[in-house]
Amino acid sequence: MANGTVAVSEKTFYEESTNKYSGILSWLLTTDHKRIGLLYLYTIGGFFLVGVVLGLLMRLELIAPGETIVDAQTYNSLFTLHGVIMIFLFIVPGLPAIFGNFFLPIQLGTNDVAFPRLNLLSWYVYIIGAVLVLISLVLPGGPIDTGWTFYIPYSVRTSTNVSLAIFAAFVLGFSSILTGLNFITTVHRMRAPGMGFFRMPLFIWSLYATAWIQVIATPVIGITILLVILERTFGVGIFDPALGGDPILYQHMFWIYSHPAVYIMILPAMGVVSEILPTFARRTIFGYKAIAYSSLAIAFVGYLVWAHHMFTSGISDTARWIFSLLTFIVALPSGVKVFNWVATLYKGSIDPKPPLLWVLSFIFLFSIGGLTGLVVGSLATDIHLHDTYFVVAHFHYVMFGGTGTIFIAGLYYWFPKMFGRMYNIKWANIAAALYFIAFNMLYFPKFILGYMGMPRRYFDYLPEFTTLQEISTVGSWLMAITIIIIVTNLIHAGLKGKKASANPWGGVTLEWQTTSPPPLHNFNRHVEVNHEPYDFSQLKELEYDSK
Amino acid sequence: MFSGPSSHTQTVDMVMLYIVGISVILLLGITATMIYFVFKYHRNKGHKPVDIHGNVLLEIIWIAIPTFLVLTMFYFGYMGFAEIRNIPDDALVVKTTARMWAWQFDYANGKQSDTLFVPVNKHIKLEMESADVNHSLYIPAFRIKEDVIAGKVNYLGFKAEEAGIYDIACAEFCGLKHSMMYTAVVALSQDEFDTWLNAAPKDTNTAVTTDSTKVE
Ligand code: HEM
Ligand SMILES: [Cu+2]
Repeated sequence: MANGTVAVSEKTFYEESTNKYSGILSWLLTTDHKRIGLLYLYTIGGFFLVGVVLGLLMRLELIAPGETIVDAQTYNSLFTLHGVIMIFLFIVPGLPAIFGNFFLPIQLGTNDVAFPRLNLLSWYVYIIGAVLVLISLVLPGGPIDTGWTFYIPYSVRTSTNVSLAIFAAFVLGFSSILTGLNFITTVHRMRAPGMGFFRMPLFIWSLYATAWIQVIATPVIGITILLVILERTFGVGIFDPALGGDPILYQHMFWIYSHPAVYIMILPAMGVVSEILPTFARRTIFGYKAIAYSSLAIAFVGYLVWAHHMFTSGISDTARWIFSLLTFIVALPSGVKVFNWVATLYKGSIDPKPPLLWVLSFIFLFSIGGLTGLVVGSLATDIHLHDTYFVVAHFHYVMFGGTGTIFIAGLYYWFPKMFGRMYNIKWANIAAALYFIAFNMLYFPKFILGYMGMPRRYFDYLPEFTTLQEISTVGSWLMAITIIIIVTNLIHAGLKGKKASANPWGGVTLEWQTTSPPPLHNFNRHVEVNHEPYDFSQLKELEYDSK
Repeated sequence: MFSGPSSHTQTVDMVMLYIVGISVILLLGITATMIYFVFKYHRNKGHKPVDIHGNVLLEIIWIAIPTFLVLTMFYFGYMGFAEIRNIPDDALVVKTTARMWAWQFDYANGKQSDTLFVPVNKHIKLEMESADVNHSLYIPAFRIKEDVIAGKVNYLGFKAEEAGIYDIACAEFCGLKHSMMYTAVVALSQDEFDTWLNAAPKDTNTAVTTDSTKVE
């Protein structure tokens, strides 16, 4: 706990470990939340790159109508795997497991999460889930081809390895639940003296709200998956009408988890935005309480809108209008956040360093994602656009343009703290500009394709869609180049970058009040909090290197 | 954008224009303000930042106005939807069956076809069933779709107001040839339709191409 006396040490957490081992074992058996955060960074980052490669292959196949590089069956497996990897291995665990693990205890002013060993277990559970996905690819039967939604009856009838792949998602769910439990307990029990709930940084608020969704919603997908496996293995009729089941029931159960899961994906990103903006505007966040409460509001009302994924499934007309209405209402807290963020720039002292550039990009891309969500929330238009490329564009704008962009922003923001080194700012700026162009080129044409009537999950398409598909594919190449630049810049910085100071950006939350990288127990002093989180008057007292 | 083969096409495009229009205004407003602030309050200009913790009035304004806006969007969306769900009793009922990977349309007199022939200016009601997995009948030109769910009868109504041939696609993933599960709606004048409906042979399929020359 932070309120004991802490041994003063000059060593960083890289040089000192929680166990008696050294080298690789000191990492694999570590219970240090920072090292676990880094283990997650490498594995989740690796899967992100795999997912990107699958995406690039799909884009290459779609450069022209007809068969280009793969056959239809392979294409179907490609989008399924791309979806499964991006959702279950990248975006759901992503920000909480990496930045949450690393920074939640530090921002709370404590030395670790509440259950450090459970934390390590969560990582192993994640790895087991990931390995199961990989095994499902090579077993006879072939890679799963159902789409990441595993809709019944197709997923009961196909001969591909559905059971193993969805069992992997079941296992991954546990990793998510355990992380959630750990964070909730840590937030309640381990805040440094003086840190009331309303002195917590907004990133913590968002992780806290997310953790509740992880704990409450994830079991639903777990149960659903077990039922599907039961049905596939023993022919028990639950969802498949041929066995006396109900396929719509499956859709309800799937989305009762997967809609709240959308908020697991976006809330932590909103938290990171609320950290980066004050630091680079050097003023307090506008509407702290509005942002904090809207996180909680999103977490709880997010449960009420799942059936907007089912407007064309034949649910009753009454259910359709009720869910449409609720969807519009639930959109409001996200709008409130965007307005508060923009207002945070007002009368600041703005320094557009790379992390801020990514956040500005985020605000634009995420707004497009959110606003097009209104288009598919409205019944008349959704009936037309559901399951078309419009939806593909919409969710990439939200997940990739939203959370994905902030994943990169977070890396650029916290990299000096995590690794103690600084990256090349010029290349980071170039990457930010390229990313913005590549992203819009890759996904904007998909909105038009959808409006023109191109359905999603299509291996082949009508000739009239060719031009827009081509533009999108060229955009994917630009995106590939951008990602290579980002990764090279960071790896190079990690190995050879200039030493970073304790507080290179002039931030005031607690992670900037310890060394870069931090010591094993996070702080070499007794931490006591007597400021609100974004009080920049502290900056004078802090060791701050203005270069 | 605003002339279409059915009045519903125009309704949907209007709702779309309404939502997208408001969205573009909001997006431009947000982006312009953001960029303006970044330049105006750039650190190089050297003025002191001011800590503004929030403003209740602003907070109320930017909840109230969007609330009003989204409620109107909901309303127009619902009205446009209700339009296709009110199918009059005298509509022409066509039994529709989807299977991997083809469509089949059965008419009351026993006529069967893999292409959907309909008379113009008459309400059509498709009663849709699946022979295997889920599919979704999607007619982009009419801006309508409804899933065809295994073990369930879903229905879809529309009215073609201009003779012509329009694509039907499958919009719910259904396996290997999902992207090739195309057929067409052929909208004919009532006379032509009656001739087609009553022409023998009643149970063989009529390829679209044979009739398309006549319609064009
Ligand atoms: C360079 C990066 C990426 C490219 C080129 C790409 C491209 C694509 C393409 C072409 C599809 C298939 C569309 C279809 O046939 O229906 C797709 C689907 C999808 N993508 Fe991406 N994507 C990328 C990044 C991402 C990211 C970062 C995420 C999530 C955070 C993501 C999540 C998904 C999901 C969930 C699907 C749906 C899969 C399904 O239909 O089951 N993608 N993507
Ligand atoms: Cu189909």
